[in-house]
Amino acid sequence: MSTATEVQMLNVQIDGVWLQFPKGTRVIEACKQAAKFIPHYCYHEKLTSPGNCRMCLVEMGMPKMTPDRKPVIGADGKPEIGWIPRPQISCAQDVAEGMGIRTSSPMVEECRKGVMEFLLINHPLDCPICDQAGECKLQEYSVEVGQGESRFLDHKVKKPKNVELGPRVTLDAERCILCTRCIRFMKEVAKDDCIGIVERGSYNSIACHPDKPLVSNYSLNTVDICPVGALTSTDFRFKMRVWFLKEAKTIDVNCGTGANITIGSRENVIYRITPRDNDDVNGCWLPDSHRLNFKYVGDERRLKAPMVKGEPVEWRTAIAIAAEMLKAHSTASTALIASARATNEELWLTRRLIDELEIDKQHDVIPRIGEPDGMLVAADRNPNTTGAKLLDLCTNRPGYRLKKIADGVRNGSIKALVCLGEDATKAGLTEDDLKKLDALIVMDILPNKTTAHATVLLPASAWCEKRGSMINVKGRLQRLNKAVNAPGQARDDWEILRDLIQAVSGSNGLYLIEDVFKQMAAKVKEFANLSLSKIGDLGVQLLDEKKEEEAAK
Amino acid sequence: MAYVVPRPNLTWKEKMYLPSIVAGLMVTIKHLKNMLSGKTKVLMQYPEEKWDAHMPEHYRGAPTLVKDTKDRERCVACQLCEFICPPRAITIVPEEIPGDSKWAKVEKRPLKFDIDMIRCIYCGMCEEVCPEQAIFLRKDYAITGITRAEMVHDKKKLYELGGVFDGLVQKWNPLK
Repeated sequence: MSTATEVQMLNVQIDGVWLQFPKGTRVIEACKQAAKFIPHYCYHEKLTSPGNCRMCLVEMGMPKMTPDRKPVIGADGKPEIGWIPRPQISCAQDVAEGMGIRTSSPMVEECRKGVMEFLLINHPLDCPICDQAGECKLQEYSVEVGQGESRFLDHKVKKPKNVELGPRVTLDAERCILCTRCIRFMKEVAKDDCIGIVERGSYNSIACHPDKPLVSNYSLNTVDICPVGALTSTDFRFKMRVWFLKEAKTIDVNCGTGANITIGSRENVIYRITPRDNDDVNGCWLPDSHRLNFKYVGDERRLKAPMVKGEPVEWRTAIAIAAEMLKAHSTASTALIASARATNEELWLTRRLIDELEIDKQHDVIPRIGEPDGMLVAADRNPNTTGAKLLDLCTNRPGYRLKKIADGVRNGSIKALVCLGEDATKAGLTEDDLKKLDALIVMDILPNKTTAHATVLLPASAWCEKRGSMINVKGRLQRLNKAVNAPGQARDDWEILRDLIQAVSGSNGLYLIEDVFKQMAAKVKEFANLSLSKIGDLGVQLLDEKKEEEAAK
Repeated sequence: MAYVVPRPNLTWKEKMYLPSIVAGLMVTIKHLKNMLSGKTKVLMQYPEEKWDAHMPEHYRGAPTLVKDTKDRERCVACQLCEFICPPRAITIVPEEIPGDSKWAKVEKRPLKFDIDMIRCIYCGMCEEVCPEQAIFLRKDYAITGITRAEMVHDKKKLYELGGVFDGLVQKWNPLK
């Protein structure tokens, strides 16, 4: 991000230390960069600042001027600052040359205490019930800068509780501190202006337009940015207290965007998914459709044991039988359907399996194309199509060879089919076609039409149960992390593939997922000098963004 | 560093041990006499007779859930006791109070509240942490059972043991 004109740097004094900030930096951001704590509610870095919560008050000053408009230079050679007698809000003010800021003077501390007291006047004391407890800014700042007791003796104002703002968001107006973050988000980011403030004075309350409920696919982001427990997720409501949740940093797999997310789980059960900040991918937002699509992971029907012709067997037996079947069939009569939902490591091993079986050009992935929404939902609903292309699991047109494979199965020229994480009936095959096969080796997580006919069924792990990497539609390499354990005897996909390759060809000595990546990095030039740990939490740009965008079109 | 414990230098009288044995016997005989004459009572015919009346105010017995005088559940399933419990004996599954209920304003209650009495160490942390004064350690100490399942006190059992407790609780506070 280079601009032709040089950005002007301004000298600003924060708590007695002179620092430099580019012109246009907000005071609150400058203080944040200077590692100064400024409590705030209404300010959000991705939204405009209305300056209505008054929590970010600081003492501000401008250089003293001589009558001929020259700054007065003090004894230390720096301009002398004339402090403004009243506190100023730091979120709606840009830094200026020679500006002075005090973030922790007695006046600022008194102001914060006072603002906290005002905010808590009508706030109910229902923290034990409230879902926000534990990650509530009101709780945090009340402890940090507020005072222990309330002097307010009157009845608190009663407002609507448990209001359905939309299908996924519940409002508790009593808890609301009217920061308007949700209003601004819907207006500025989601571009669906449907929330506003109604009533007057103490009865001010958030409400939805009567004919326009909060149905946007980004509605749950308002819950994330709500600093208090006013907006809560209907799905997560009263399910689990947030302090129990173990957080795993990973990425979303519902589309090619690969939004960065945090999975909150407790005792192997996923309770919620929240977006994780990454300005190069998703900012700090996440579509509702993606964040709520995790229930299938904990499904009762998950495949838990390897099966051969419907009979549960040991892993060793299942792999041996699968390898036997593959070896028994000629190269020409074997085909493989891989998945663009698999990680690079799995695709790399799939590629090696294809090479071992010498069935090149008789494999493909199943494409999934949907309607893009112009924001975070990409047209490509497979999370790793770019990786599949890069590792040569499909041509530049994913799904191009599927028809040939389907025809082959139908006319009997293909006798053995390997389905890795995909349902073959979605590739143009019917269940009757699958019955014709001699060998149908299926690796999947949930039962489907293909698993019903599998000769060898290998239970694998879901996306949140494994580690690995994926490349999004913009060519960014990102990392998946494990949040929960796979159920029953289900194993990591890459381990199954490794064992299968081993059984088909011979030993290959891969014991860690890191080794798989290392092996892949040694062979594929794009991954050179990378490792799983080097990808980091925010990912690395692997391929040219513009080229990838064009290729996607 | 090694530390040598100094041994006491015993006199010849002490070295014989006999005076000490005699003194000890005297104590025993004194107690025997008191018991035979009915002065002291050593045995209590448990469980027919119990010591319950002598239990101190601060005695920590089994944790229980209490209701208020209007037969309302105090617990709002905030799960703080579950969080604080050192042996992780408490398991709570919260649920939303249906909108048509009389107490819908409270919004949340425990659907399940289990305390595994095999795990419980009677530390009283749950009572201390409870923001709604819903959990109290009562004086029941004889918690027995034949199976492990029997030793898990469910919500019904906990309310049975807890009974009623009076006093102002935040969530019923009209000023709130």
